[in-house]
Amino acid sequence: MIYREAGQFKTTYAKDQAIFPIRQDRYAMAAILTIAFFIVPFSVSDYWFNAILIPFLILALAALGLNILTGYTGQLSLGTAGFMAVGAFAAFNFMLRVPGMPLLVAFILAGLTAALVGIAFGLPSLRIKGFYLAVATLAAQFFIEWVLIKFGWFSNYNSSGVITAQPMIILGYEFITPRSKYLLTLAIVAVMALAAKNMARSETGRVWMAVRDMDIAAEVIGINILKAKLLAFAVSSFYCGVAGALWAYAYLGSVEPSAFTLDRSFQILFMIIIGGVGTVLGSFLGAAFIVLLPILLNVGAHYIPGVPRDLLSNLELIVFGGLIIFFLAVEPHGLARLWQIGKEKLRLWPFPH
Amino acid sequence: MIRSVSLSVRKTALCAVIGAMVGAAAPAFAQNEQFIPMLSYRVGPYAAGGTGFFGGFIDYLDMVNKRDGGVNGVKLTWEECETEYKNDRGMECYERLKKKGPTGATVVDPLSTGITYAISDRAPTDKIPVVSLGHGRSDAADGRVFEYVFPLITSYWSQSTAKIKFIGQKEGGMDKLKGKKIVNLYHGSAYGKETIPVLDVQAKKYGFTVTHIEVPHPGNEQQSQWLQVGQIKPDWVILRGWGVMNPVALRTAQRVGYPSNKILGVWWSGAEEDVLPAGDAAKGYIAASFHPSGTNFAVIQDILKHVYGGGKKGNVDDPKRIGQQYFNRGVIQGILAVEGIRVAQEKYGKGKPITGEQMKWGLENLNLSEQRLKQIGASGLMSPLKSSCLDHEGGGAIKFMAWDGAKWTNITDWIQSDQSIVRPMVEEAAAKYAKEKHLTPRKC
Repeated sequence: MIYREAGQFKTTYAKDQAIFPIRQDRYAMAAILTIAFFIVPFSVSDYWFNAILIPFLILALAALGLNILTGYTGQLSLGTAGFMAVGAFAAFNFMLRVPGMPLLVAFILAGLTAALVGIAFGLPSLRIKGFYLAVATLAAQFFIEWVLIKFGWFSNYNSSGVITAQPMIILGYEFITPRSKYLLTLAIVAVMALAAKNMARSETGRVWMAVRDMDIAAEVIGINILKAKLLAFAVSSFYCGVAGALWAYAYLGSVEPSAFTLDRSFQILFMIIIGGVGTVLGSFLGAAFIVLLPILLNVGAHYIPGVPRDLLSNLELIVFGGLIIFFLAVEPHGLARLWQIGKEKLRLWPFPH
Repeated sequence: MIRSVSLSVRKTALCAVIGAMVGAAAPAFAQNEQFIPMLSYRVGPYAAGGTGFFGGFIDYLDMVNKRDGGVNGVKLTWEECETEYKNDRGMECYERLKKKGPTGATVVDPLSTGITYAISDRAPTDKIPVVSLGHGRSDAADGRVFEYVFPLITSYWSQSTAKIKFIGQKEGGMDKLKGKKIVNLYHGSAYGKETIPVLDVQAKKYGFTVTHIEVPHPGNEQQSQWLQVGQIKPDWVILRGWGVMNPVALRTAQRVGYPSNKILGVWWSGAEEDVLPAGDAAKGYIAASFHPSGTNFAVIQDILKHVYGGGKKGNVDDPKRIGQQYFNRGVIQGILAVEGIRVAQEKYGKGKPITGEQMKWGLENLNLSEQRLKQIGASGLMSPLKSSCLDHEGGGAIKFMAWDGAKWTNITDWIQSDQSIVRPMVEEAAAKYAKEKHLTPRKC
């Protein structure tokens, strides 16, 4: 009764193919975007921008990239953080070595560099699948990290291998306040999420899902597996590369290769597993769960009096792990599936079926 | 309609409510307090160092409160936030705590090179000084570019020059270094790489050959690296490790037959936690430090009396750790913080809390002479230190200690670093940073 679709007739093909066919969904999405773009920037403190919203958005973007590769195309990848590192260092080098390089162009070029690296490390996917492919992408992770530390050229011969991001200037406006950085990040993530959603709904997305579900059958019906898999790697690495560039420029300000270790790759993989593989919403839900929940636990732990500090820190990790087990036991397909089931029920409520 | 609100909006709303609760329920600090945020790490692979250091730091502040009633009546307060030694958690903790207290955060020492690098970009805007006691970044010694970063006592580059001086001493003079072979076994991270340039400069100056061998993080397996060392047959091995890499290095060295008394560790390879797991492979191993272990210093005795006396509990669970390397390092951080506050109060008004900007002035005008150290009760624990606007390092000295199986014993007196090598490198790196960030260095 709440989610009534009665009376919502589609009179054009365009309306039928809309991303949000139900009117209530469109209103909700418009409300979320309005709140995110217009209300949040003026109502929360710098702490929320710097420590919560910006890392959440950037990691959601990286999770989106991995979801394209692992969720839609079924190619398990553990090299996500490596591609993020490529993006970060590429953006730094483009801004440093090309005079007058615009910021957004540098980000796009960084994404393309990461895409090229992604294609190179995605070539094994044509021969191997599943866990074996995961190991090959693991090689990408370690190799990229090693190359960035070993060859000083990438960090402009800084003695510790750390790069300091140049100030972000677009058309003369410098993005220096946390609010401006948040809005820039939000804009980039929103545009790329929309692109990802559309890619997933298009023929490209259907080709990817065919490859995921049964690649031999896909080949039989004439899908070019080579192009499909390499395109998935390219697009996924592009997203991760832009996320890495944003991590360096909009969030930390200076980044070393060890910000993009295997731990980060696993973290992003866990995000999509908990959020829901193969969905755009899942990337955001998973990122929120993994980025924000530990902070919530940490803040909450402060209000428990008398417990020693290290016990509290370890308890935080225990509770977090327990919540992961709980959610995966309740719904193995992730939080996005929980939301989907909820929406299905709401469409029929108050009727059970 | 609440029920048709989507899950992500509900999550956002929940976060907002919790955030409001957190903001509203933040304890109201009394006006006469000085707040110091503790970006501590008590879990993870480096927890041994974190618990020792922050234990010493907090115990010292606690002792000053109990023994002196704070600094000229201004009580010291602190709050811990777990960073797990991760850069993004460190950033979040810094952002969460930087505005607490009547005048905001006074000073921050995250005891992590990565977190220091991340925070030092924000510190000038927030006007909160960052002290990186004995760790990165070395180029921050130039206070004209890095106004709010203080690599106090001594940085990695300075320490490296003192190490070469020590090796020269052992070999019978700096001219005897010509033709000698030294291996730099370093941890594969930003921290590990930091001394490669300064060692290369010294190799060229003194005529020895240095080979840099990397041990990929975390360093559990070093067989191939030590076989390479065995082939090179160097006169000395400089161990620049961290965490588990250290005991593994010492045990592997024993297996390949390299003598432990020719292995020279940096101070992050020179704590009790680093050598005890190696057992007798560590006997004779030499490490650098900018302070000795031990409890027979007046300031440590004061901590034992005022904080732990009468069966009370301090911040450290195991009383054996009091007086060990990490604990004493934390105490020294406490001494520097309190002295900075005291010096700033002399200028800006005694008996009231100071701001971060005033603390920066205080940290730039530290003058811990031998006489002042005696007054504080830290004579012999620290070397004399004098900081300035130009020199954010302070010119501290290094002592070398040997491990005899049960404790560290000093084998040298204070050895000064060679600033004629270090300072030009610092200024060059700082100028490069200023150019990259479009900063104008201030005049000193």
